[in-house]
Amino acid sequence: MSQREFFRQMPGQTGASLSPGLAERLHLDAPLLAALMLLMLGGLTVLYSAGGESMELVIRQCIRFGAGLTAMFVLAQFPPRSYRFWAPVIYTIGLVLLMLVLVAGTEAKGAQRWLSIPGLGRFQPSEVMKLAVPAMVAWYFSERNLPPKLIDVLGAMVLLGLPAMLIGLQPDLGTAILIAASGLVVLFMAGLSWRLIAVAVIVVVTAAPLMYFFVMHDYQRNRVDTFLNPEADPRGTGWNIIQSKTAIGSGGIDGKGWLDGTQSRLDFLPESSTDFILAVLSEEFGLIGVCVLLIMYLVIVGRGFFISWQAQDTFSRLLGSSLIMTFFIYVFVNIGMVTGLLPVVGVPLPLVSYGGTSIVTLLASFGMLMSIQTHRRLISY
Amino acid sequence: MRRPLTLKDHHHEQRIFGVRLVVGVFLVLLLTGILVSRMIWLQVFEHSRYTTLSDNNRVQTQAVSPPRGLITDRDGIILAENRPDFSLEVIIEQTRDLDALLVEVARLVELDEGDLERFEKRRRAARRPWEPVPLRGRLTEEEIARLVVNQHRLQGLRISADPVRHYPHDILFSHVIGYVNRINAQDLDNMTLDQQRDYAGTHFYGRTGIERFYEDQLHGQVGYRQVETNARGRILRVLEEQPPVPGQDLRLRLSMRVQQAAYDALGERRGAVVAIDPRDGSVLAFVSRPGFNPNLFVTGISHKDYSAYRTDHDNPLFNRALQGRYPPGSTIKPMLGLAGLDTGVTNWQRSIRDPGFYQLENDPHRYRDWKRWGHGRVDLHLAVVQSCDTYFYDMGFKLGIDNMHDYMSQFSLGQPTGIDLDSESKGLMPSKQWKKAFRNSPWFHGDTINASIGQGFVLATPLQLATATATVASHGKTVIPTLAGERQPVERTDLLLKDESNWDKMTNAMVDVTGPKGTARIMAVDAQYPIAAKSGTAQVFSVGQDETYKEEELAERMLDHALMVSFAPADKPAIAVGVLVENGRHGGSTAGPVARQVMDAWLLNDEGELDVPAVFSDTGPAGTDTPPSTPDDSDEDSQ
Repeated sequence: MSQREFFRQMPGQTGASLSPGLAERLHLDAPLLAALMLLMLGGLTVLYSAGGESMELVIRQCIRFGAGLTAMFVLAQFPPRSYRFWAPVIYTIGLVLLMLVLVAGTEAKGAQRWLSIPGLGRFQPSEVMKLAVPAMVAWYFSERNLPPKLIDVLGAMVLLGLPAMLIGLQPDLGTAILIAASGLVVLFMAGLSWRLIAVAVIVVVTAAPLMYFFVMHDYQRNRVDTFLNPEADPRGTGWNIIQSKTAIGSGGIDGKGWLDGTQSRLDFLPESSTDFILAVLSEEFGLIGVCVLLIMYLVIVGRGFFISWQAQDTFSRLLGSSLIMTFFIYVFVNIGMVTGLLPVVGVPLPLVSYGGTSIVTLLASFGMLMSIQTHRRLISY
Repeated sequence: MRRPLTLKDHHHEQRIFGVRLVVGVFLVLLLTGILVSRMIWLQVFEHSRYTTLSDNNRVQTQAVSPPRGLITDRDGIILAENRPDFSLEVIIEQTRDLDALLVEVARLVELDEGDLERFEKRRRAARRPWEPVPLRGRLTEEEIARLVVNQHRLQGLRISADPVRHYPHDILFSHVIGYVNRINAQDLDNMTLDQQRDYAGTHFYGRTGIERFYEDQLHGQVGYRQVETNARGRILRVLEEQPPVPGQDLRLRLSMRVQQAAYDALGERRGAVVAIDPRDGSVLAFVSRPGFNPNLFVTGISHKDYSAYRTDHDNPLFNRALQGRYPPGSTIKPMLGLAGLDTGVTNWQRSIRDPGFYQLENDPHRYRDWKRWGHGRVDLHLAVVQSCDTYFYDMGFKLGIDNMHDYMSQFSLGQPTGIDLDSESKGLMPSKQWKKAFRNSPWFHGDTINASIGQGFVLATPLQLATATATVASHGKTVIPTLAGERQPVERTDLLLKDESNWDKMTNAMVDVTGPKGTARIMAVDAQYPIAAKSGTAQVFSVGQDETYKEEELAERMLDHALMVSFAPADKPAIAVGVLVENGRHGGSTAGPVARQVMDAWLLNDEGELDVPAVFSDTGPAGTDTPPSTPDDSDEDSQ
């Protein structure tokens, strides 16, 4: 036993031991839960302003949080090995549902994303895959020796590529990329060789222009065009990003004050309670508010890394780190797009943006992280 | 393929994972750093730029139009005012389906073809974005109520209460005050940038008459209001306000009383009356009949009304007093006589024998007098009193056209009078150069002879005749007809006669025109004051070739125009009047009584006694409206 392993098994060194008792018995991770609650509370505050002081919006968001927290609690009760056991099954079902969506899905805003199930209402199979894909790839590598050989890498690529492709066909490029990313993170964490990473980066950089001209839909191409030059059509497609940057920039260091952001309150900022809610926060709370938000996210991500590091088997480690990295990617992509660093791809700001099934999925993923943390045996093997 | 049966090397895997985790943490921190620096860039370095953008978004500067100055007569009677008018406007940018909206509106309020036609025209014309387009004016209370009830279904529609110009005496002042109507893109194009700024919130623009000439004074200066609006342009609050400077009120030198008298005296006949106070050039009455209702033009005249005006043979839109060019006939004989005296061509003693015609040497053509058998022996005095043509043929021929032109110009004939109205016609006082240049023909003796009785090429407007008469009344002092404000500069100078007594002598002759032997004796019957006058009759020698008239109408319109110039009291003139009655036949009997009524209105008080009003003073209404509190109580004592 290495020295590190020894210390890790010492009582008092584990995260769980910091909060013994109730949380432990409910399989909840107290520090993570506290950070999440704080973030959600802050999110509700911003949402209240962004929605034009609509209490109704806040209550509906609370209901979603409730649903998400329930999913989190339920998932936390299962030990990681049951995820590992069920991963291939759920992944396969998800894949079938994604194909069904393309054949029999409901259309909304020019994309087929929804599946109506009689008696159950509508739901997006792609949300399931956000959890199923990292779990599946983690399962795949837990069965193999690491670092992965080339053939294993290709296998993993198929596993994550297939659902990503199906979602991309809906078309929902944003989700497709994020799901592919969650699988790629597993690949990276499993020890994908640096040489392959370098090759992949070169391939992506050269393939991007080809994607633009031959693969993308018109509306996707428009988004890229707008991203590259929002001022070309300031009243049309460039409007969102110009107004968003105006809101952020005019906020300054200390902001205009809660409920006093003119850009959002006077309806200049579109999607102010959903994808562009960060612009509201930046306008009203300024750079200080943004930094506080980022610190909250960093605390959550840090705790997620810590849990992954402490995890006792490869599957848990890979799954945990993938979930938390994907969470961070959400944060980065959303802030990047709202500030004009990235094209507008329709990714919500995790746990702050209003609505979407994504809240439930996100909180469910934290349930899985808590399961990893709270189902550890004192002696691993 | 061989598959080594090795156990998973957990420690090795864990070590790899640990390294990757550290890389992951590093990546997260790096990306967070990028986000933070982006935020700092936007919120710190670009802060002021985006603050400006944000303020430009929400803060809009709106122009507040100044109230237009009122127009009153010399006694303070209101001639043009502003009244709230409820009109229906459409903000095109806010409508979803314009055609459906118009159908809906037509069900609630009356919309005629003209309304829709004008709306369509204004909608297509260049305008500022989000600027409401007027659809219908003069909404009734009932219509407003119906619109308000249905407002939720009428998106993009609004009812506005704008002050709208109103002329309470509508037709009476139509040709002098003129009218305003909606300002258009062309008006704005013709302005300087400063002016354009001043008209930013203005809907109306002076189009004709006083309204146009004094537009700058009447308009005032625009005010501004900074408002906060939301993305849909709705005003949420007013941030800053700079009130407009109202337009200056304009007190005209016109007298409502004299104007009304002139208008009534003309009756239904076509013609014009201009009355001038020779003491200061004040225009007391300025009438052209038929007139029009200026109120119809303000919010946009309907096609029907407009074409009715346009096709009317009486041409009510034509300003006869200002632009009607008529042969002045015998009315210019007093001025010609003065020219003859001053040049020495004639004197008061010289007389001729009038056989009823005038003949040049070696020319068989006879220039006939209006009296076929002649006036017998005639001197200048009698020639004026009886309007002897033969005397003036003879004198005019000796005077020559060039002298005639120079002297007549001093009386403003063939010259602009300088009245404060746009588009004044300067009539025509011919000269040799003029005929050469415009008719490409040499000057004949016959032209001079025709001109010496105010016929031939000579043309004058009723305004010019009144001005020339006022000049006689003021003994040659330059008279500039003035409706309001300062006098306009003119090229004329005072006419100084070599023998000043000729003014009084000519006045005496003109007084005898209204005497028992004069041609205008009718107009002086029972007058309380001496009247100097000269009648005139002008031949109508042509009718427009493309005009068609009914038989009996043709006959009526071929009759001579009746003219009369006069001033009174002859010894101390306070009013000079020029009257023209189209196809009125005889100056003395038709135009004379008109002039008399105008003079009575000015010179007599309510009791019918001679009471010459004071000269116009800028300080305030004078005359009848003067409050009795003035310390001028000597009159009261004497009563």
